[in-house]
Amino acid sequence: MTKKRTMNMNFGPQHPAAHGVLRLILELDGEVVERIDPHIGLLHRGTEKLIEHKTYMQAVPYFDRLDYVAPMNQEHAFALAIEKLLNIEVPIRGQYIRVLFCEIGRILSHLLNITTQALDVGALTPSLWGFEERETLMTFYERVSGSRLHANYFRAGGVHQDLPRGLGDDIITFCNTFPKVIDDLETLLTDNRIFKQRNVNIGIVTKQEALDHSFSGVMLRGSGVPWDLRKSQPYECYKDFNFKIPIGKNGDCYDRYLCRVEEMRESVKIIKDCIKKMPTGPVKTIDGKITPPKKEDLKNSMEALIHHFKLFSEGFRVPEGEVYTCVEAPKGEFGVYLISDGSNKPYKCKIRAPGFSHLQAMDYLLKGHMLADIPAVLGSLDIVFGEVDR
Amino acid sequence: MKINRIIKTIFMADFITGLLIAVKKVFNSKKTINYPFEKGKISPRYRGEHALRRYPNGEERCIACKLCEAVCPAQAITIESEIRSDGARKTTRYDIDMLKCIYCGLCEESCPVDAIVQGPNFEFGTETREELYYNKEKLLENGDKWESILAENIKSDSVYR
Repeated sequence: MTKKRTMNMNFGPQHPAAHGVLRLILELDGEVVERIDPHIGLLHRGTEKLIEHKTYMQAVPYFDRLDYVAPMNQEHAFALAIEKLLNIEVPIRGQYIRVLFCEIGRILSHLLNITTQALDVGALTPSLWGFEERETLMTFYERVSGSRLHANYFRAGGVHQDLPRGLGDDIITFCNTFPKVIDDLETLLTDNRIFKQRNVNIGIVTKQEALDHSFSGVMLRGSGVPWDLRKSQPYECYKDFNFKIPIGKNGDCYDRYLCRVEEMRESVKIIKDCIKKMPTGPVKTIDGKITPPKKEDLKNSMEALIHHFKLFSEGFRVPEGEVYTCVEAPKGEFGVYLISDGSNKPYKCKIRAPGFSHLQAMDYLLKGHMLADIPAVLGSLDIVFGEVDR
Repeated sequence: MKINRIIKTIFMADFITGLLIAVKKVFNSKKTINYPFEKGKISPRYRGEHALRRYPNGEERCIACKLCEAVCPAQAITIESEIRSDGARKTTRYDIDMLKCIYCGLCEESCPVDAIVQGPNFEFGTETREELYYNKEKLLENGDKWESILAENIKSDSVYR
């Protein structure tokens, strides 16, 4: 009688390829993975519960820390949820600025993901080049919001402040040079035989399985499902833009990489278009009950002063109701399920993070693969622990 | 098409083009900066270390309205106040726990008199935790130290505020 011998091994939480604080319990038969059990929660901060004790304005910064690679996309979902409950319109310029920075966030995220995926399979150079560009993009974040990562920029009813002078031109300059950088990255990776050997036919997801595991974003599109919330249920002003949805064919790590590269090119197009079409006008709703007045008005207008004090001490009240809004974050469908009991704080705020459903498929994705394929698959899943653990 | 690919594989076209481009990049200008001596550019909106400002005549701006204390999501600010002998309400205590602070900028936004601001300084790391519990003296000292830049930043960004 032969007894099957497997070995249990611990991967992470301090492993550099674990993309943060992922801990995997591996059951290995030699070098072949038999079972994977992801242990999550090492970065749990109780965001959802914390938000229940914050006014709507105070809760915004907490969304920056979910997927800290593309902070503004998260804020977007929350802002949309509040606006839906309040039933208010965002001025068109505000919408354009939001789209602009969401797309910048998408490039930020994909740039990090592609290059670290390459890093996981042994290519160091792309990450150095990628971080150069990320630095430029983060400067744009800093110039508009005052902070490179912790933006706190998308508010209910619009965005915090207008674009500073000259930022639009600088973003256009970036858009003109950036495609060349993507070309360079592609020269290093797309045809490279080592990169292909490590990624082609690894971690294949079939169309049906992708849907069954409730995948979204690139994980779904890589398997050939043309599903993108920006197209399928356009929110904000995405209707005004002309862009394509790249989809993969085989659903392996390599296809997902290609999808991300193409998405970056599309994002550049949207950003360019956005700045070209940028309308004038206010950036946030002029309803004084929701957005604070201008600082200079405080000195002259009693009404503005009262609004200012009310907003910053008590916050605004949101009518009773529940709402689910979702945005196409770089990682997939990021949703916020918000229940309001009519007070100035959310009764419940459930966050749907795309990374969570992607991570739960680890076992299915890696069964039968080799130990060395784990970082490759993990890299292509695009996991960020801020949002998985919340 | 297939022959093309085989030729490319045999002659290692993928490696050679990659190497060429990497070598080309060696001659590009450097993107790194010599940090403690050179610093990256920051915008007028940058949210760094806090400071309490004064009016040009030396009077503290803060009127102890406690809006910043109320709005702070991390509850990092503690304020106590009393009426001064000349009838003005001023703070007797203004503490910011810089370790709790999340640098969201809401205190600056909420201040009706531009007293508490987040300045351009990002190099205030210390060796002990205690040094980061800022009190009123420390904050006012920061304000005096950075006043010229703070005033300039507020002025240049005033159109958007």
